[in-house]
Amino acid sequence: MTIIDARQAESIQERYPEVFQRSFFKRFAPLLMVISLFLYGIYAVWFFEIPKAISEGHWERVGIYLSQWVSYDVQAEFRLEGDTITPKYPRFSPLGNDPNPDWVKQNSDRTVTVEIRGPSRAVTFSDTEATLTAHGESVRVELSGGKPTVSGNIPPWVSVYDEDVVADMGFAGEVRVEADRVKIRKRFLGWANFIFDPQSPFFGKSIGEVMSLVTTGPQIEPGRSNLSLAIDNFLNNGEWQHGDVWVKLLQTIIMAFLGTILGAVVSFPLAFLAARNITSSRLVNQSFKRFFDFLRSVDMLIWALFFTRAFGPGPLAGSAAIFLTETGTLGKIYSEGLENIDDKPREGVQSTGANHVLVQRYGVMPQVVPVMISQTLYQWESNIRGATIIGAVGAGGIGLKLWEAMRTNKNWENVAYMVLLILLVVFIFDSISNALRSRLIGKPQH
Amino acid sequence: MTFADSQPQLQSSHDIAESWRKVVARRRMYTGLGLLVLFIGFVGSVRFADESNAGHFFDRLPHLFDFLSWLVPKDWSDVWRALFDIASPNDKGGQEFNFDLGRVYIWGDFYIPEYFELMIITFNVALVSTIIGFIFAVPLSFMAARNLTPSNPLRIAVKRFMEFLRAFPEIVIAGLFSAILSIGPIAAIIAISLHCIGALGKLFYEVIENVDMRSDEGMRSVGASWLERVRFAALPQVLPNFMSYALLRLEINVRASTIIGAVGGGGIGEELKLSISRGFGAKTLALVLLLFVTIFAVDQFSAWLRRRLVGENAFLLKH
Repeated sequence: MTIIDARQAESIQERYPEVFQRSFFKRFAPLLMVISLFLYGIYAVWFFEIPKAISEGHWERVGIYLSQWVSYDVQAEFRLEGDTITPKYPRFSPLGNDPNPDWVKQNSDRTVTVEIRGPSRAVTFSDTEATLTAHGESVRVELSGGKPTVSGNIPPWVSVYDEDVVADMGFAGEVRVEADRVKIRKRFLGWANFIFDPQSPFFGKSIGEVMSLVTTGPQIEPGRSNLSLAIDNFLNNGEWQHGDVWVKLLQTIIMAFLGTILGAVVSFPLAFLAARNITSSRLVNQSFKRFFDFLRSVDMLIWALFFTRAFGPGPLAGSAAIFLTETGTLGKIYSEGLENIDDKPREGVQSTGANHVLVQRYGVMPQVVPVMISQTLYQWESNIRGATIIGAVGAGGIGLKLWEAMRTNKNWENVAYMVLLILLVVFIFDSISNALRSRLIGKPQH
Repeated sequence: MTFADSQPQLQSSHDIAESWRKVVARRRMYTGLGLLVLFIGFVGSVRFADESNAGHFFDRLPHLFDFLSWLVPKDWSDVWRALFDIASPNDKGGQEFNFDLGRVYIWGDFYIPEYFELMIITFNVALVSTIIGFIFAVPLSFMAARNLTPSNPLRIAVKRFMEFLRAFPEIVIAGLFSAILSIGPIAAIIAISLHCIGALGKLFYEVIENVDMRSDEGMRSVGASWLERVRFAALPQVLPNFMSYALLRLEINVRASTIIGAVGGGGIGEELKLSISRGFGAKTLALVLLLFVTIFAVDQFSAWLRRRLVGENAFLLKH
């Protein structure tokens, strides 16, 4: 091992002053950057009033919405009139039109037990009293005095209000006891009615039953085969609207496809004019490059809003918006690709006396076309994502549907379904375009 | 079968020319078929888009020009007044010309025009998201890079996670958080940041996979830990490229934050959407002008800075 003494160290320092005596800025640049980032962070926290927003946020909604993604609830109401108890289920509920669920039990002593989660979390009631059971405790609610009253100490999962007593049974649901009725909200995992809604004759049947109905069963609707009825019932499912969601998703893909391909067709010749090694006029180069910058800078959102006004909402507006933005983006990418080509094949073709167009065709295009196609594929893929967003401002497609579903704040399971479909489409396109790209340019680029 | 048998025996130049012609003919056929499929897809798509649109292309085309004429203000100086919040003589109540109401007073008579304030919000959303994205993407990308990952299962997991972040639709995150935190820019920041982590992470780990590993070998030979290898061997090589990609992402995020703004994230996007849907010509033009100038300036500035950081490479095809 070499040992450096002080004299050698000095001589090394003298020989490489740029390493040992760097300018102030160079030495402290990282520190300065960290400090300024930190200061900017403080400014941003103040500017967006982040602590206020976080403390005022409705964080309890996170749990509600996320549980709506993977589950559904059924609300039932039991009217207590005299000594009869009438159950009432909402119309179009996931239970079907004539529900008689096994979690509602008529007892022999004319009381009714509703199991929220098995017998351990349940409510048993008659017209005079109700017993709430959960967490190993039971709470008696007296109903005869015109309003519900609870005697004894009240556990934390029961809240007593003026008009009602609410028992929180966790994820499984909620029981609300009023003087003349008991309201139940019971939550089930999964997506209800995903295939057939309660209006359909196939509702509530197992896969085997549906299969045998479709293949051999008697015609349910005269003059129409059971298969076409089943498909129709599935596509027009009242809650999930499969047909509509799929058409909207297709619209989004088509929007991206049309916009990208039109943009590619228009920007391809323009890129030759913008590339400085192919068109020698600086003025033409610069004006086309600025034109591309202009198209990109006006931004997809502005184009989308304009065309939605002009063509009405729908995929046409979205395609037009993507087309204009894409002409700018692809024009820039193509012209940069052209400026980076190897000049030798062009010279070779030129030396044979070929005219200008032929030089481009045989000297330039073989070099750039694979790269261009690969970039265009990538743009199509990223435009599918873009089209989802501009859809929400009115350009049609799945974005608008997604936005409407979120607006109502109730259909988060539909949002989850659409998100799953979008993820699926994006991954499929990702792998297709990756495969195509690696065939075109030999190795995976992205 | 021997190797020679599998090769066509080329005796004369005529044969060579013949087989070359065959190859070309086949290639042309594939190209032609590809173009045909593309063309059919294109025509089908146009018809599909036209039919499912609220207005049809040729029916609505004249309205495009109606729309453009609506956009032209009666008094061109109203555009400037709208931009700088100067009271307009055309103001007869109503919202179309109430420019001076939006002033944001800072200090005494000094004010920031409303649209500049909104633009600042939108730009800050983009900048904050880019910074958050950068801070999270750097460590994740080192875990996802094939040559520097601490463990292979971790690499796959991080990669899938980033893919998921990239593909997840931004408006859903924005919608979810605007329901929780009330409508405003914070939902937009969260949505764009999450997407940005995925997008930057992917670009970053591709850069890391291309670094020169000799300095890493040096670090390993003196027994450096993973953190030290990352810090002293890889980071100095990749930092300029990281910065360059972060700037590129900033350009994209300014656009994204405008769009997310229009669907409920606040900022200039929302104002633009309102102004267009209400048909306020002067206000719309002022907003478009401001947006255009800002995006153009950010693009040009970042292009210039990227050129300084990584040379002409900043303009290479990779997007």
